[in-house]
Amino acid sequence: MSEQPDGEVVDARGLVCPAPIVRLARAARGRPAGTLLTVLATDPAAEVDVPAWARMRGHTVVRSRREDDGVLAVTVQIG
Amino acid sequence: MHVVDANPPRVILDAGGQAPLLPVAREAFIAALDEGWADPRRLHAEGRRARLLLDGAREAIAAVVGARTDEVDLAPSHTAALHAAVRDVTRGRRRSGSDVVVSAVERAAVLNAAQFTAARSTTVQVTTAQVATAQSTTTHPAGSRVTVGVDRSGRVDADAFCQAVRQPGVALAALQHANGEVGTRQPVEQVHAAARSAGVPLLVDAGASLGHVDVGQSWDLLAAGAGDFGGPSGIGVLVTRTGVRRSPDRPEDEDRWFPGGVSVPAAIAAAVALQSAHADREQADRDRRALVDLLRRRVAAEVPDVDVVGDPEDRLPHVLTFSCLYVDGEALVTALDARGYAVGSGSACTSSALEPSHVLAAMGVLTHGNVRIALPRGTARHDVERFCDDLPGVVAELRDRAGVTGL
Repeated sequence: MSEQPDGEVVDARGLVCPAPIVRLARAARGRPAGTLLTVLATDPAAEVDVPAWARMRGHTVVRSRREDDGVLAVTVQIG
Repeated sequence: MHVVDANPPRVILDAGGQAPLLPVAREAFIAALDEGWADPRRLHAEGRRARLLLDGAREAIAAVVGARTDEVDLAPSHTAALHAAVRDVTRGRRRSGSDVVVSAVERAAVLNAAQFTAARSTTVQVTTAQVATAQSTTTHPAGSRVTVGVDRSGRVDADAFCQAVRQPGVALAALQHANGEVGTRQPVEQVHAAARSAGVPLLVDAGASLGHVDVGQSWDLLAAGAGDFGGPSGIGVLVTRTGVRRSPDRPEDEDRWFPGGVSVPAAIAAAVALQSAHADREQADRDRRALVDLLRRRVAAEVPDVDVVGDPEDRLPHVLTFSCLYVDGEALVTALDARGYAVGSGSACTSSALEPSHVLAAMGVLTHGNVRIALPRGTARHDVERFCDDLPGVVAELRDRAGVTGL
């Protein structure tokens, strides 16, 4: 079995909106299409804002899950 | 010499929940402080006059919404009206069920009241008349709040809502007439027909609509707050169709549904505000609808990376919401305020709970950098144009300062 890779991790834990999206956008800048990035966030707005940002930027959310410690982990594929 | 005006004139673009008091409502309020100061429960001439004025206010409100005067109750707030509607109907219908069906974008007062009432089981004790000591006790199981989702425009899935209402064990359904944050109108006619055939009463929160659009007759209970239509704060309206079963979920009081009653001068001012709003509704709709169209077009065209949300057509005339990517909502509200514009926001950083607007979240649209506009009646076109001229610069400056330009 092979678990889908999460790519580079963008740690936005402890940041509040819009900082997690800003950090994710900085990490995404200049990356080739198909690159995977996983953002970790504790801000309640991130659950909505990461997919909304991805939609506005033409990226795709491939996975979104809530870790046991309550941290949100969203994996985005750069479009 | 060029003089810079240090205090730009205020432009109020945040009339949702509390609009500026209409001048006629202000006059009525002041007159009623003299005429209707007394306790309407008293039997003397002054008390009777206050009672007469209060009943006149209810009658005027009833006429606007197409109801009978005895179907109109006045509450101390919109929130109190919504809480009472949910609590009293679920209690009245506890033998039919305890589930409450709501849309995901109802006001927090509806969502929280539905959660509160559905989650508790109710115990009904019946003491038989023949043997005073014999009691038959029936415990009705706790129910659930059934929440129906919305699409990207904020409109509830009507088929899913109707299907939820038809399930056994539903005490009450609640669907707003239109959403006050994003303006989108809801399919209340279709939902009311389904609720009626299922024998479930429908509570329609018309808080954002009453006085602004025709709220129609597709409801069994109708709730609103006077502040939304240019009346004073401190008055909520709950209209309950005759035949809707409700039972007071609170201690006994002479004012059965809203203990302690309401301020008589505020009630009169609310009724006058509603009459006035009703009388110029079509003109106010045309004027403000055109201004929101202008705002929508210019914001989308002139502010880069902006998510303008809500239904562009089937909507309230005066409401518009948009979110600016990478911008802090609190900073945006503050920067606009400094330039003379009062706007609302659904961003998490602008709420004390640090939670983003549940409406924007349910729609799946950007929650940060959010600006919520609700135009009061009489908003001047040049003020809206000036706002459109200033907004792109304000957003650009905030993005520059945060170092996010070009991200």
